[in-house]
This record gives sequence, C-alpha cells and structure tokens, in this order.
Amino acid sequence: MLLIPCPWCGARDEVEFHYGGQAHVAYPEDPSALSDEQWGRYLFFRENPEGDFAERWSHSAGCRRWFNVVRDTRSNRIKHVYLPGEPRPVTP
Amino acid sequence: MHPDRLWRSAEPRKSYEVVIVGAGGHGLATAYYLAKNHGITDVAVLERGWLAGGNMARNTTIIRSNYLWDESAGIYEHALKLWEGLEEDLGYPLLFSQRGVLNLAHSLQDVRDGVRRVEANRVNGVDAEWLDPAGVKEVCPIVEVSPEVRYPVLGATYQPRAGIAKHDNVAWALATAASALGVDFIEHCEVTGIEVSGGRAVAVDTVRGRIAANRIALSAAGHTSVVAATAGIDLPLQTHPLQALVSELLEPVHPTVVMSNAVHVYVSQAHKGELVMGAGIDAANSYRRRGAFHIIERQMAAALELFPVFARAHVLRTWGGIVDVSPDASPVIGLSPVENLYLNCGWGTGGFKATPGVGWCYAHTIAHDEPHPLVAPFTLDRFTTGALVDEHGAAAVAH
Ligand SMILES: Cc1cc2nc3c(=O)[nH]c(=O)nc-3n(C[C@H](O)[C@H](O)[C@H](O)COP(=O)(O)OP(=O)(O)OC[C@H]3O[C@@H](n4cnc5c(N)ncnc54)[C@H](O)[C@@H]3O)c2cc1C
Ligand SMILES: [Zn+2]
Repeated sequence: MLLIPCPWCGARDEVEFHYGGQAHVAYPEDPSALSDEQWGRYLFFRENPEGDFAERWSHSAGCRRWFNVVRDTRSNRIKHVYLPGEPRPVTP
Repeated sequence: MHPDRLWRSAEPRKSYEVVIVGAGGHGLATAYYLAKNHGITDVAVLERGWLAGGNMARNTTIIRSNYLWDESAGIYEHALKLWEGLEEDLGYPLLFSQRGVLNLAHSLQDVRDGVRRVEANRVNGVDAEWLDPAGVKEVCPIVEVSPEVRYPVLGATYQPRAGIAKHDNVAWALATAASALGVDFIEHCEVTGIEVSGGRAVAVDTVRGRIAANRIALSAAGHTSVVAATAGIDLPLQTHPLQALVSELLEPVHPTVVMSNAVHVYVSQAHKGELVMGAGIDAANSYRRRGAFHIIERQMAAALELFPVFARAHVLRTWGGIVDVSPDASPVIGLSPVENLYLNCGWGTGGFKATPGVGWCYAHTIAHDEPHPLVAPFTLDRFTTGALVDEHGAAAVAH
C-alpha cells in the first residue's frame, strides 16, 4: 500500500485516497471546435509511462482536497507532491 | 538438444519474416497458428524475461465466452470452441475442465443485467442460463445464498461450457508445437525500440542486437504502451497491477467457478486442490508487478462472506501481474498507424480465455495484412469513431 503525503494532512495510507489519473489534462476550451480525432484523444488517451508520472489524488477520507503527485511507476516511489494549478516540478 | 526440453531456445538470427514481441500465451498462440494455418515458419518470438513468465503465468485461468456484445461473443466463443479441441490438436494435457461459471447477481440491477446477458448470449449461440438462488446452491453447494448476508445472492448467470485450464501447460504445449514447426523462441531478449523507415516498421532493436523483420507483431500485454511509443504510436491503455492468491491444498470442495462483480472476488479450485482467487486492479497506474495489500484484504472479506466454509483456509501465496486496461474493457487488435506493425493489446484483466482465439485471428491478420473478421471491430480507430465495444457491464472484474 502506498503511503501518500497529503500536502495538508501529512502522510496517510492509500486507502484514505481516491485516484484521479493523469494530472494536467485540461477540459478543451471549445469542445465543439475539435475534430473527432482530437475529441477522442481528449476522452480516451492518457500517458502511460514506465517511469515518472504526474497524477492526481484526492484525500477523500480526510481533508477531501485534490493535489498532484509525481510518482515513478517502476518503483511506486513518490518524488514530488504539489498543488493543483502549480506546474509539474522538474526532477533534477 | 537437451532431452527434457520441450522447445528449442534459439539464438537470434539477423532477420525474420515475422517477429512477435512477447512470449505470453498470445504471442505463443499467434506463432503456432502462423506456422500451422498459414505456413509461415520464419518466425521469432522475442521475450524480455522467460517464456510465459508474464501474465500467462499469473492469471487465474478462467475461460468463458458469456460476454454481452456480439463482437465479444464472436471472438470469445471462437476461442472457447478452439479450447474444446486444443488438447487433441496440441497432443498435450491442458487440464481444460469445463466446470461452468456462475456470475452472481447481488442487486436488482445485477439481475436485470444478468438476464439481459443470458438472452444476448443465447442469440449468439453461447450457452447460458439464468439461475435463482436455489439453482445457484445446486450448482455450487458451498455458496452462501441466505438473505441474511450483506449482499445476498439474488441469482446468477450460468455458462456450463466455461471453466479453467492449466496456464503453464497451455504455454508449454503451444511452444512445443510451434517449435516443432520451426518457430524460434528467444528469451532474455527485450525489445528496446522499433525501427520505422518511410512509415514502415523494418526492424526491432533488442538487448541482443538489431533484428530485421518484414512484419512485427506486438503482444507485450502490460508493456505494450512502452514498446509502441518507440514507433511513435500512442495507445489508449493504462497499465495497472492485478493480484491473485491461492490457499493451501484442500480436498475438493468447489465444483465450479464463481465470480461476483459486486463484491469483487472470483474463486475456483485448481486440480491440485488450492483455492484460486482473484480481485480487481489497483487504482493507480504501475509497472510494478506487486499490488497493494488492502486489495487482497477486501477480496478475502468478500470471499468469506460468499463462502463461510473458507474461514479456516490459509493464504499460501499472493502475486501480481501488470495488465493493459483499455477504456471500454475490450482489446485492441489489428493494423496500426505504422505499416507492417500489428497490435494485440488492451486485454486487461481477461485475455487468458482468448488465447487460442486471438492467436488464430492475429495470425490471420498478420498473414493477410488485413484484420480477421472476428477482430475487425476491435480497431484502434474505434476511439475516434466512437464505435466502442463497452464490456464494463459484463466484465467489471472480468476474467
Ligand atoms: C492476477 C491475474 C489474473 C488473471 N486472471 C485471468 C482469468 O482468470 N481469465 C482470463 O481470461 N484472463 C486473466 N488475466 C489476464 C490475462 O492473464 C492476460 O490478459 C493475458 O495473459 C495477456 O496475454 P499474454 O498471455 O500474451 O500476456 P503475457 O503473458 O503478459 O505476455 C506478454 C509478454 O511480453 C513480454 N514483453 C513485454 N515487453 C517486452 C519487450 N519490450 N520485449 C520483449 N518482450 C516483452 C513480457 O515479458 C510477457 O512475457 C489475469 C491476469 C492477472 C495478472
Ligand atoms: Zn488531506
């Protein structure tokens, strides 16, 4: 089980959280202007890296707030925790 | 050749007619049918680890074809028919046992979905029955069907021709047969890149050097996104850990296969006697073949509620594999945006049952550079056109 550091509550067990998938996926500004292919990509295609992944978590059984995490999907090691709206931190 | 070896472990040659990436069940079956049905034997199956050490070695071996939609019934029923003749065809015991599968309903919506699926199955020539709780008890006496429990059993769909097989035997039998027809199996040969030239795939780069090929067929399950990305192809897949566990060996107590989407567990008893149980995927993406413990805990709680008799059983072993989950819980099979590069992926939590069927159809697709009619609906294109094959209803904990 992951130990996830909520930016507001500190480190808690994964069971307290809800997963939100890839971070930084914005709703299209003008959906009706998109081609079928662009709309399909927005709906169905997400990154699936073997390595660092920027993703969203919600502390649903705690403060109920969303935040972002960069996690290495090979080791599950969490490298960064940051707030929604902040840019993805650059890993040195 | 070592007298005890079932197949030849080959050294990579400089080029092949067909290179298959991944020696799981699907890669092995594809190689076998390429050789057997299409006479294409200049084939190498490249495997980063050891032969059939991925999900083929880790699945809970449930075989069934009682999916909702026509497209799914087509491919899964084709597979089940092949399973029914596979031991004879391969001349090897597969411990294929048609002991039936019960998919339990615990809510009114489950009942409606189940009855609808039974009718859809029948229209498609798939054997299916709707059972009330007493009927469930008759098929599987150890299931708790009293109305007292938290999620009472309100009925179940039953497919008598469904069952289980011994996954390792299936892999060994396919490898033996394909090897005898001339296919090369190359283990510890990770594909690190696909060379594309003028829109055509021409070779793979591997940790054991470059191998040229006229046709390259991906069958890398949880790693397909990573391999396809080297050819510039994005896939709508997410890789998740999926776990299973076994108990110690017990006397025969469980005569069939029981699955419950609502309480998230499915159970059968292997020939040796261990109870084999699986659960759902871990929520977060991961390439670590190890899932979270709370998933196992919930799965055990669900199993105990359905089977109070398991209270004294012990967990012997738990493990995980990584599965390639698609948005509509259906696979992606066929041509890719790159010429001569073929896709077989997105089987997620339920591809073992399809092994001979997908091998048959994928081999046809590769041999003719055109999708076999049974896999034609499963294009990558459907995520643009919207023609999804949405099996979430029938396959929430699909196996
Ligand atoms: C715990 C668990 C339970 C399951 N239960 C069921 C079930 O009851 N019924 C069912 O129908 N399905 C089940 N499944 C799903 C099923 O196992 C898979 O859908 C199916 O095995 C996928 O096809 P495969 O056998 O070819 O995959 P795999 O055996 O995973 O084969 C893919 C191969 O590709 C190799 N590979 C990856 N990347 C590379 C590379 N770059 N170069 C070379 N080789 C590479 C891998 O090492 C692997 O051997 C289960 C899966 C798991 C994990
Ligand atoms: Zn919190």
